[in-house]
This record gives sequence, C-alpha cells and structure tokens, in this order.
Amino acid sequence: MSNINEKYPLEEHEQRLTIKDPHPRHDMQGDVGENERLRRAMSNFARNMNRTTATYLEACVHCGQCAEACHYYVQTEDPKYTPIWKLEVFKQAYKREASPFAFFYRLFGLKRDISVEQLGEWQELIYDSCTMCGRCSLICPMGIDIATLVGQARHGMFKAGLIPDELHAVAQRAKDEGSPLGATAEVFEDRAEWMGDEYDTEVKIDEEKADILVAMSSIEIMKYPNAIGATAKVLNALGESWTFRTEGFEATNFGMMAGNVEWQKQATMKLINAAINCGAKLVVLPECGHAYGALRWQGAAMYGKPLPFKVQHISEFLADVIGSGRLKVRKVDQTVTFHDPCQVARRGGATEAPRVVMDALGVELKEMAPTGDFNWCCGGGGGVVTIQRADKLRYKVFELKMEQVEATGANTVLSTCSNCRQSYNDAKEHFHWDKNMESLLELVADNLVE
Amino acid sequence: MELLDFARGPGLRLAVLIFVGGLIWRLLHLYLTLKKTDLSDARQSGEIGGGLRTIFSRFLHHQPFRERTRNGTILAYTIHIGLAIVVFGSAPHILFIGSFSGLGWAPMPTIVIHIAAALTLAALLTALGRRMRHPVLRMLSNFDDYFSWLVTTLPVLTGLLAVAHVGARYETLLAIHILSFEVFLIWFPFGKLMHSIIVFGSRYTTGVTFTRRGARV
Repeated sequence: MSNINEKYPLEEHEQRLTIKDPHPRHDMQGDVGENERLRRAMSNFARNMNRTTATYLEACVHCGQCAEACHYYVQTEDPKYTPIWKLEVFKQAYKREASPFAFFYRLFGLKRDISVEQLGEWQELIYDSCTMCGRCSLICPMGIDIATLVGQARHGMFKAGLIPDELHAVAQRAKDEGSPLGATAEVFEDRAEWMGDEYDTEVKIDEEKADILVAMSSIEIMKYPNAIGATAKVLNALGESWTFRTEGFEATNFGMMAGNVEWQKQATMKLINAAINCGAKLVVLPECGHAYGALRWQGAAMYGKPLPFKVQHISEFLADVIGSGRLKVRKVDQTVTFHDPCQVARRGGATEAPRVVMDALGVELKEMAPTGDFNWCCGGGGGVVTIQRADKLRYKVFELKMEQVEATGANTVLSTCSNCRQSYNDAKEHFHWDKNMESLLELVADNLVE
Repeated sequence: MELLDFARGPGLRLAVLIFVGGLIWRLLHLYLTLKKTDLSDARQSGEIGGGLRTIFSRFLHHQPFRERTRNGTILAYTIHIGLAIVVFGSAPHILFIGSFSGLGWAPMPTIVIHIAAALTLAALLTALGRRMRHPVLRMLSNFDDYFSWLVTTLPVLTGLLAVAHVGARYETLLAIHILSFEVFLIWFPFGKLMHSIIVFGSRYTTGVTFTRRGARV
C-alpha cells in the first residue's frame, strides 16, 4: 500500500461517505445578524429570479397533488413534506418583495415578513427532505418545476448560512480540495494506477490531446474504484483517444447541491477547462446523477456560452457504442432490476440508454413498478445522504425502494449512479437487506468481447 | 338607480376595468421579468411543439399518479367542466357575451344547464370541505384559496337562486347574481383565479425545458 492509501484509505466498507459531526450542531454558518441573514437569503433567492421561476411562483393553485408524488409525504403522510410547502417562505417573500402586487402586499401587510427562525425551520424541508428528484414536477397539473425552485431556494439558504453542517462541510471541502471526500488528484492517480493493474489496462491520465475527456465521481474514487478500471477498459477496447486530466477529473458538484453558485461554477469550470485544454470533443461523465445535470444541463450557463464539446453520461456513451456495434458484449445470465437515477432519467432524459445496454447484455430485466421516469428516488440525492440527522427519514423513504425491488423478484439491482449505489448499500446494511446494487458500467466492462 | 341598473351599468364597467387593468399588469409584470436563455445543447429539437404538447398533456395525470390523485382530479374536472357549461352554454350568458362581443352560438338545453350548475355547486362545496379537512390542503390554504372559492361559488349559487326565483324578486336576484360575477371579475387578476391563464405559461415553459432534454413532460 502506498502512503496515499494510508493517508486516504479506500473506504469500501464505510456505509456511506460523509463528514461525521463536523462540529457541535447549530446548522447556521457565519457570524452575521438576523437581518443580514434574511437579506442574503431573499436577495440570493431573488437573484436567479427569471420569467420561468416567476411564472412558477405565480401558478400554484394549492391543489396539494405534488404531495402524492413525493416519497417523503407518501411514506410519512406528514403534510409538511408537501413539495410546494417546502417553498412556502420563499413564495411569501416573492409575493411581498417581487410579485406584480408586492406594493399592496407590503402596504396592507398582507404577507408577513419572513424571520430567520422560519428559515431555520425550513432548512429541514429544503435540504433534509428534498432530493430534488423532480417527481413532484412531473405530477403538477400547473406544470411547475418544483425541483428547480428548491434549487433556487438553496441559493438563498446557503448565502444566509442556513444549511445543514455536513452538507456545508463537504461542499467546502470540494471547493478547497477539489473533492468533497478527499479524492485529490494525488489520490486519484494512485487509485488509477492500482485499477490499471487490476483491470490489466492502461488508465490514461493527462494526455496532451484526446478526443474524449473522462471524469469520475469522488464516491467512485473513494468507494467504488473499479469504475476507473472499467471505464479505461471500455475506452481502450474501443480504441478511443481519451484521457483523464488531473486538473479536472472529478465530476461531482456539491456547490450546486448545497446552493452556492460560485462553488458550482468553480467545479464546473474545472471540467470545462480540462476538456478545452486537451481538445476534447466529448466529455463522458461517470455513473453519477447530479454530475450529469451539473454539466450536461447547467454547464453552459456556468460557462456563459454553449459548451464547445458534447457531454454524455456513461450510460448514453455505452448505449451509443453498443448500439452502433462498435462495442461487443457477452450475454449475461442474470435476473436484474434497474434503478433509474432521477437526474439522469426523469430530469435528464437518458432513460432508455441503460435499457439498450441491458438488452445487449441479455440480462433478464424485471422492471420496478413504477419504473423509468416515474421510478421512486433512492432518497440519497440532492446531498441528503450526507446529512446524518436525515438518516431516519431517509431509511423510511427507502422502504419504498425495498418494496419495489422485492416485488420484482430480482436479487440484483443495477444502476448508473454511484450516489444511489451508496444510498442503497447504506440502507442495505441498515435493514440487513439481502439485495445487491451493482454498476452497469462494471457489468459491461466485465463482459466485453475483446 | 335600481340595483339592477347599477349592476348592469357602472358596476359592470368598473369591474371590467379592474379586471382588464389587473390582468394586463400581472401578465406584463411576468413578461417583463428577465428571460433566461437555456444555453445547453438540446438533445432534440421541437421544443415549441413539446411546450404546446405539455399544455394539453397535463390535463391528465400520468398513469402512475392517477390512483393517488383520483378524488382531487374528479372534483377539479367537475368544477371546471360544470362552470364551462354554465357560463358558455346558458342562453342568458350567451346573450350577455354577444352584447359586447357580437358573438353568438346555440344554447344548451336548460335542463343540462341546471344539472351542471347543481353539480358544480355540489363539487364546490365538496372541494371546500376537502380543503378544510385534508391535512395537506388545510396547511397550504390561505386567504386567496378561500376567497377565490367564495367568489367562484357565489355566482353559481345566486344564478341558481335567480333561475329558481327563490329568496327575493327576480330583478333583485338577478342584480345580486350580476354583482357576484363582478366581484369575481374584480378579484380575478389578484388571486389564484389567474391560474386559468398562467397555466398555459407554466406548462409551456416546463414542456420546452424538458423537451430540450428529451425527458418526459
């Protein structure tokens, strides 16, 4: 074992990766007065106000149907978990400060001013009990994309210093060290070398020029490093010109999940610059849901102009090369079910790609009910898996997943998101559950026809 | 001036003025809010078509959501369809609409209008009870929800009373009916009744965003 591995041990047996009890809990960051906190919360919520979000805030009819799509409400029947209620304080602030009749609301005191105490209460609703999975956005009769509004509310909460400590700590670490989990470039290179040996393949790092830039998630580097070897093996089998780049190898974006736009941009720009530096025409993102959303759909906004390269999730890439016949795989005699990562499928539109891959592998796919775009979230997205006080609730909502999986009769759950994978594995240990979640990428790499 | 004269004359003009002015202001405010351009590389074209499709597709829940939303959906449809039949199907209303628009069409049979109005009223009362009892709805509800319910229900109720000649002489009942509609018009731009217009914008916007992504709308 190298020094790196002693200093940053592989954490395969950790339930899930997080920073434990970073300091005594108060869930309030910074030393500023209440008024300043409020001002920051509201101005940063309003800063990203645009025609779309204003329309959404004007459109709600309080029908409450979004509750019926939310795993937190369905599992607890606690009305406070109604998705649109999670935005109530921000809706009130919008009406009072920025709506068409704000003047009247203020003049007649029709909407009360928000207090820091209220925002503190809403912290649990905006962070602990929302994975921004977007199921509520799909049910809303008014077409309100509630998940987007929650993301915007997080901008305000972050600037007000009102986010859960663990999430703040991992986001801060990602900003300071380039990885939320200590997966520095040094660690990554060490893991890559190891995985190159394991998979008997070359893991290309810092190639000067390459057509494809590949990135990993910190969870993969620290917990599921086989992803590095599997990715390299697939790309080498294809004979692609590809590389990892140490200036931009990590695709997660905890700045985005925590609600800090500057940190989000910083993380995104690392990948963009790495791709530009090596002249990549394509960036292939790892098995990570939010990383996909961060670069594929929000990357250009961070860059300020269209990205000069294409972006694909690894499952889309695999579906393309398998579908075109460039990559051959052996048939796998296995019965599986598939967990759709929300940000890749429902929010990202790449729902069919993994099914193309599984079809080529010949696995017997027992779909969950509901599945695809309507699949239930694992409960760990949106940074929730890092928040320890949310564990009890997270396990409660995971029972939905367990029921879904059990009903399929499959013993193996495949997925294309390492964050979902660690949420599953953590819950598996908690419930002493006998189902396994495995990576679709690794299954492909293990069954290449070379 | 008789109450009916006021309702048909200055009352109506004032209500329409506030309705139109409020409507324009609220929509203009939304339109003037900064539009954010999506710079991401669209997975597929046809975003305008996707936006328009979403306006219609969201009239019905996706299949996996239907069971859990059945009661609310049935109530909402009963109210909306009932109101549409009563407003656009009854002969006096068509004459009223024709008096300022020049339009006209064949009225629906009176019995259909009466049944629709009664069902609408029953559905509105059920909706109110549900809003007050259902934990989620009770928590979400505010003044706007209850007042919008009131100004929607009153014209239906007073219309039925006027037709049935119950409670006062016909002219008085008619005046009250018209005045209740005017209250509805005045409140319309300020509260959630505007959803009948904003719904097109919010559905379209989401439809465009997720069609670009190739995701389900």
